[in-house]
Amino acid sequence: MPNPSEVKQTNKSNRLKYIMEFISEKLFLICALISVLSLFLIIGFVFFKGSNPFIADGYSFIDFIFGSDWIPSEDKYGIFPMIVASIYATIGALVIGVPIGLLTAIFLSEIAPKPIAKIISPAVQLLAGIPSVLYGVFGLAIIVPFLQNNLGLVKGQSLIAVILVLAIMMLPTIVTVAETAIRAVPKTYREGSLALGASPIGTIFKVVVPAAKSGIMAAIVLGLGRAIGETMAVILVAGNSLIIPTSLTDSVRPLTTNIALEMGYAYGTHQEMLFATGIVLFSFILILNFVLAKISSKGGK
Amino acid sequence: MRKFKDNLLLGLLWFGAFLTVAILLIIVGYIFYKGIGLINLDFIFGDYSPVGGGGIWPMIITTIYTIVISLVIATPVGILAAVYLQEYAKQGKLVRMIRFATESLTGIPSIIYGLFGAVFFVTTLAMGMSIISASLTLTIIVLPVIIRTTEEALKTVPASYREGSLALGSTKLQTLYKVILPSAMPGILSGIILSMGRIIGESAAIFLTAGTVAAMPEGIFSSARTLTVHSYLVTQESGDIELAAAIGIVLIVMILALNFAATFISKKLNKADY
Repeated sequence: MPNPSEVKQTNKSNRLKYIMEFISEKLFLICALISVLSLFLIIGFVFFKGSNPFIADGYSFIDFIFGSDWIPSEDKYGIFPMIVASIYATIGALVIGVPIGLLTAIFLSEIAPKPIAKIISPAVQLLAGIPSVLYGVFGLAIIVPFLQNNLGLVKGQSLIAVILVLAIMMLPTIVTVAETAIRAVPKTYREGSLALGASPIGTIFKVVVPAAKSGIMAAIVLGLGRAIGETMAVILVAGNSLIIPTSLTDSVRPLTTNIALEMGYAYGTHQEMLFATGIVLFSFILILNFVLAKISSKGGK
Repeated sequence: MRKFKDNLLLGLLWFGAFLTVAILLIIVGYIFYKGIGLINLDFIFGDYSPVGGGGIWPMIITTIYTIVISLVIATPVGILAAVYLQEYAKQGKLVRMIRFATESLTGIPSIIYGLFGAVFFVTTLAMGMSIISASLTLTIIVLPVIIRTTEEALKTVPASYREGSLALGSTKLQTLYKVILPSAMPGILSGIILSMGRIIGESAAIFLTAGTVAAMPEGIFSSARTLTVHSYLVTQESGDIELAAAIGIVLIVMILALNFAATFISKKLNKADY
């Protein structure tokens, strides 16, 4: 029979424990909610600032999207050339970067002798962490002069320079993610295909790669996200002219660079229009992710 | 015919891999080749001089400031958020919403974070273009990274550990900090180290929130430039590729060191017994 005062003490310390448990759980919940709060704040502030000119000051949203003149001093805000530049640059980078990246990923996971893969894979992974500015520095120092001399351009900073820099920058991301996806394909798939008489290469392209489709899609989406959102590296090689690009050698100004170049001195409506540019960029990324998710879920079926 | 096609595809695979390795080697090689001439103790520890020839010590200090401040905030918040998601929450609407928000944050480009930081921290909260504004913006950028890596680390802790501890009469909280968190520590630490790499490599968001003052920061409320922003600005303003490449070497070495540290820590701690 325990002493009554002891029972009381245990109860008391138990209650304290329960209170501690309760408080800590709520504290953890609050921490988890901070990311939700941040997302709301980011969307809220960027959209509030960016939509203000169209709601309060009567600017036309259609003119903003399809207008081809961006002259803040004359109160003209059209971002059509930048939208076109962003789309061209991203598609171009995808066309070059995705095949090379996927070939490398397949090589590393399926073909390469183990010692070689063991050196290259971590090296590529490391390169995914190199600051993107450095890719821009390299682009300006090597790619831009190369284009200028070999294509006879007045100025090497051009759409094609942006495409090349972005394609190179995407490579490590695509390779790393796709390689992991391909390695995760169960061995039995390969064995089954080989046992049925398919060649090793046929097995890779017809069985292994399709089985890793969703991971490969994820790799492409990540690479794409990196390309479309890249800013500082692009400023260095884009030339930043406000024209609708008609050829690969035209100097361009994608959406991201417009924001970074003018944010420093913009105020009032001009600044709000930069936020509106941000909204357009944001919507692009949402749409692209959505489309690619759809494609990959369809492919999976 | 099939043989020919196979050989062609095989050749393509070798070619693709060769191209990737060659391109990446050329980039790193070029940066080292161009920049190595400038690297010496005066360059790293010297004060910046606007007329040229100075060092990059102020930028290194600024970079360290941003790493420390953003991690001091993001680490506890991120770990506790992951603990909630993995150990406490019942799967449902709330958890789905939190996961969705965390994933969405990962996909937002850094320039948008920069815009947000510029209107929220710099203007609305009146912190001005400063190290603190940049660090708080960076906190949000690395938060999803820390949450995700911690969640992964918590998943690897066997359920029997939790059951054993609870069966011995420990409370959930005691189980958490005496059993679960210590066993998940290697994973959590490598997550933190990886976010350091992310902070070091960030440029656009910092450019819009910390400004570009090239001087030793007097405190966290001064405007300053990090290494990446400095590297960008010297290229953009004066076309000084050599200087940009030398800063690039410092950045690459930092990233390398962090990666080694991450691998080392997770190996070392995995060997330890709990």
